[in-house]
Amino acid sequence: MKVEQISVFLENKPGTLEHATRVLRDANINIRTLSVAETVDFGILRLIVNDVEKANKVLKDSGFRVSKTPVVAVEVPDKPGGLHSIMEVVSKEGINVEYLYAFVEKSGENAVIIFRFDNPEKAIDVLMNKNFTVIPGDKIYKF
Amino acid sequence: MIYNEEFETMPREVIKALQVKRLQQVLERVYHTVGFYKKSFDAAKVKPDDIKSIADMKKLPFTTRKDLRDNYPFGLFAVPMSSVVRLHASSGTSGKSAVFGYTKRDIDTWSDLIARCLVAAGITKNDIIHNAFGYGLFTGGLGLHYGAEKVGASVIPMSGGDAKRQLMILQDFGPTVICSTPSYALHLAEVGQSMGVDLKALKLRVGIFGAEPWNNAIRDDIEKAFGITALDLFGLSEVIGPGMAIECPEGRNGMHVFEDHFIVETIDPKTGNVLPEGSEGELVFTTLTKEANPLIRYRTGDISRLITEPCRCGRTHIKMERVLKRSDDMLIIRGVNVFPSQIEAILVDIEGLEPNYQVIIDKVGALDTLDLQVEVNDKIFSDSGSIKQLQKIEQRIIKDMKDFLGISARVKLVQPNTLQKADAKIIDKRHI
Repeated sequence: MKVEQISVFLENKPGTLEHATRVLRDANINIRTLSVAETVDFGILRLIVNDVEKANKVLKDSGFRVSKTPVVAVEVPDKPGGLHSIMEVVSKEGINVEYLYAFVEKSGENAVIIFRFDNPEKAIDVLMNKNFTVIPGDKIYKF
Repeated sequence: MIYNEEFETMPREVIKALQVKRLQQVLERVYHTVGFYKKSFDAAKVKPDDIKSIADMKKLPFTTRKDLRDNYPFGLFAVPMSSVVRLHASSGTSGKSAVFGYTKRDIDTWSDLIARCLVAAGITKNDIIHNAFGYGLFTGGLGLHYGAEKVGASVIPMSGGDAKRQLMILQDFGPTVICSTPSYALHLAEVGQSMGVDLKALKLRVGIFGAEPWNNAIRDDIEKAFGITALDLFGLSEVIGPGMAIECPEGRNGMHVFEDHFIVETIDPKTGNVLPEGSEGELVFTTLTKEANPLIRYRTGDISRLITEPCRCGRTHIKMERVLKRSDDMLIIRGVNVFPSQIEAILVDIEGLEPNYQVIIDKVGALDTLDLQVEVNDKIFSDSGSIKQLQKIEQRIIKDMKDFLGISARVKLVQPNTLQKADAKIIDKRHI
């Protein structure tokens, strides 16, 4: 049920993000959602894309340091308390969230939240038990 | 003023005779007490008896920095530990540093040497000395301290760091002498100016500076900022510490090397051949009186030139020019000696880091800066895609550089292939 995220190490200077997006465009990769975490010197670009293997390869071939990171995508109704309902469950189980980001589905009814948990297997288990919709990779890549 | 008139103004032929006598004694002693020297003399097929003159010294093998490391910690000591009263050490990761021992008499000799330097600089028991050389394993702080007490001056054992406090003490205690690295003196001047301190109103009159390369432009800046006379002090921890040579205020064109305690030679760093006095070459020192760990023909890596012309000050000891160059890749950063191999060793020791790296050394204001750029590899950028993990690596590098080498580095992780493999690993942008 895990989703593979592409993580790209970027130096914090003009042109590096542009280089990465250019490589993805040239390879005809579509980005489903993304986030950038940054420090003074460097950042990490996190991507959910339609073709994980291809994105991984073209970025590596272009000299980027890339890793594939297992994350969990959870669907919740796009309304107040949606995110909180997930947090309530995982915090009760002592699962830590390293980072998260989100996007709204095309239908506009649901939000998809991408989580990096310290223990993804346990998180998936717990969330499915509580009847949350955990979206598998193949599905999210094709959104 | 001359502290030890008898020895410092000895006729040259008497100095030479004294050197030969002391050399023979020390060779005899190290051959029988230090395994390393027995082995290296035997390998070179030379016996202490074979050395009958200074010219014969070329038969003796060199001692190198590597030999010091290989015999870490106490392998080169010529006396039992019960006779050693002090240990100093150079910076470095374990096994890569060198340890220097002193007997009670060595401390006395060393203090006498520093006293000679201070008196040459016109310092008396009426002076107050602000000693900003680092105290600790580094020889600078304590070396100066003991010599200053020997002269009878009042010592403020400041050590390095905390510039604002240093400036407060410079104003409140009214020292007449300051000792530090040249760059630290400039740093104090900058901080003082930014605090609005009238540096010229301080009672300082003389500065004794050393432990890193500097030039006349830096000297001018220091002298102008504080309104003092700045003199150059030379010494190497491996040999004894500061006090091996002091710049003669008379003419200020070289430092007298105290030849009753050391023999200094210049050699061609490539061939090892002894060069005629006056040619530029690598300095090689032999200790004549050191008891705890004598050194025979120690290759310093410092490039300089000896000055044989008699000096008007009355001292008969040979002079050496200020050291501006090295024969190896050793760097001196804020007075700390560092080899690129030590930086590499730190990076390799960090798990997962098999790095391509580049070190950029520069000067910001008066102070040296060290920027370390390390390429991120797959191992450290593994599966979590988290910032925390990379920051931990950065912190670890910074901490290890500080702990093992005593250097504050700025560390930056960079993308692969931004550092070309062919590029120099070390870029020194300082101009000295």
